Amino acid sequence: MSVLRPLDKQPGLNTATILLVGTEDALLQQLADAMLKEDCASELKIHLARSLPLPSDVNRPRIDLIMFVVNLHSKYSLQNVEESLRHVDATFFLGKVGFLAMGAGQESHCSIHRNTVTKLANTYRSPVFFCDLEREGFRATVAQRLVRMLQICAGHVPGVSALNLLSLLRNSENPAPEDL
Amino acid sequence: MDETVAEFFKRTILKIPMTEMMTILKAWDFLSEKQLQDVNFQQRKESLVQDLVLLCEKKRASVHDAALLDIVYTQFHRHRKVWDVFQMSKGPGEDIDLFDMEQFKSSFKKILQRALKNVMVSFRDAEENAVWIRIAWGTQYRKPNQYKPVYVVYYSQTPYAFTSSCPLRSNIPLLGQALTVASNHHKIVKMDLRSRYLDSLKAIVFKQYNQTFETYNSTTPLQEKSLELDIHMDSRIIHENRIEKERVQRVTQETFGDYSQPRLEFAQYKLETKFKSDFNGDILAERKEPLRCLIKFSSPHLLEALKSLAPAGIADAPLSPLLTCIPNKGMNYFKIKDK
Repeated sequence: MSVLRPLDKQPGLNTATILLVGTEDALLQQLADAMLKEDCASELKIHLARSLPLPSDVNRPRIDLIMFVVNLHSKYSLQNVEESLRHVDATFFLGKVGFLAMGAGQESHCSIHRNTVTKLANTYRSPVFFCDLEREGFRATVAQRLVRMLQICAGHVPGVSALNLLSLLRNSENPAPEDL
Repeated sequence: MDETVAEFFKRTILKIPMTEMMTILKAWDFLSEKQLQDVNFQQRKESLVQDLVLLCEKKRASVHDAALLDIVYTQFHRHRKVWDVFQMSKGPGEDIDLFDMEQFKSSFKKILQRALKNVMVSFRDAEENAVWIRIAWGTQYRKPNQYKPVYVVYYSQTPYAFTSSCPLRSNIPLLGQALTVASNHHKIVKMDLRSRYLDSLKAIVFKQYNQTFETYNSTTPLQEKSLELDIHMDSRIIHENRIEKERVQRVTQETFGDYSQPRLEFAQYKLETKFKSDFNGDILAERKEPLRCLIKFSSPHLLEALKSLAPAGIADAPLSPLLTCIPNKGMNYFKIKDK
């Protein structure tokens, strides 16, 4: 059972769990710390993984949101994410998956084009956020956004579901392929 | 004092930063303590230099004394030069003679002076049975150029010598020959190893880089390390690939060890291999001649950077042996050909 499914476990009481998948361990750790600093009514749990599939663990809580982190400076990180995507069930992609692309600000160091990640995100019908995880201020902003997104995906925000959020996040810049 | 010598003194002393002036002059050991005390070190550098040059003139300092000062300065600023490494070997069946430093010095000087009329050689002994040699090259008709010297650091109990890069390439074979003959060796070979950091080159060549010092509490640091990890980890953050992380740490530690790596600035790989491609009918793969390609890795501290690649998630562990063999093989210039 190495494929991640969104609804195969019972949710924990007032708990929201996010899974961050990416090769840059130190930055993921810092992002996790930044997320925990945010004020949040729900109990947050952050799982960090280098790649999927995850090792089997019966005690793992239900995962409400998966964020795949790609570093535009490293083809290796994109390759890692592409291979990990295969281990996620299709039903996860109904608003419970997102992509974080970092390093777009330093064009000279980029070995992956922005459009590659945008296309990947469009293929999986998921939102992509371009961010800078290295500077504290920007990291805090991303963390805030992720916490709000996580709360919605965990169902802790009355009246808004993950699918609602997904259609709200689709804007004219990244229209759904059917709309083109 | 000759004008050129006075100018040489002036330029050499001017190079020395004010913060190191006293230390270097004391190490030079030409001006006595009392004479140094009489000089005003608080004045502006230009005036200080003038005073010092006058003092040297009074003491009848020669161009050789100036050369010694230059050696002392270079010893303090060895990273300003790029050092090459030469390895000598004795012929088969040759006995290991007792090394005589004075005989080596006179022999070395004689060989150079016999070949080139105007050459100035200066020696300064250093620790670990090493000698620093400074060579100022001249020509048949010109006096030695004091501003483009070559430095050689020879460790007499070893077959290794380190030389700063020589602007006059044509003199390198002569230098090699002089070293070899004067030290009773048979052959000299230039190693594919180069760096600014002389001490790191020493550590690599004498295999001293992998010595960890056993401390009394050798077990406590390990415990502290794992505790540190736990304190930083909030219980709400869970690392899923902990086992993989530990494997990467273990492999990195096995490859690079716990000690600090010797310092190199680059590694260069010259490829002369045929192009290999998965596509059938790829144009480049059809070429009969090898593809020539040069890959250079640069870093302020190359080996530490390589060590941190796998733990940072930028590369897989274990790293390519082409990268990890650098200190072991004592090379940072590689030529890769098809087998």
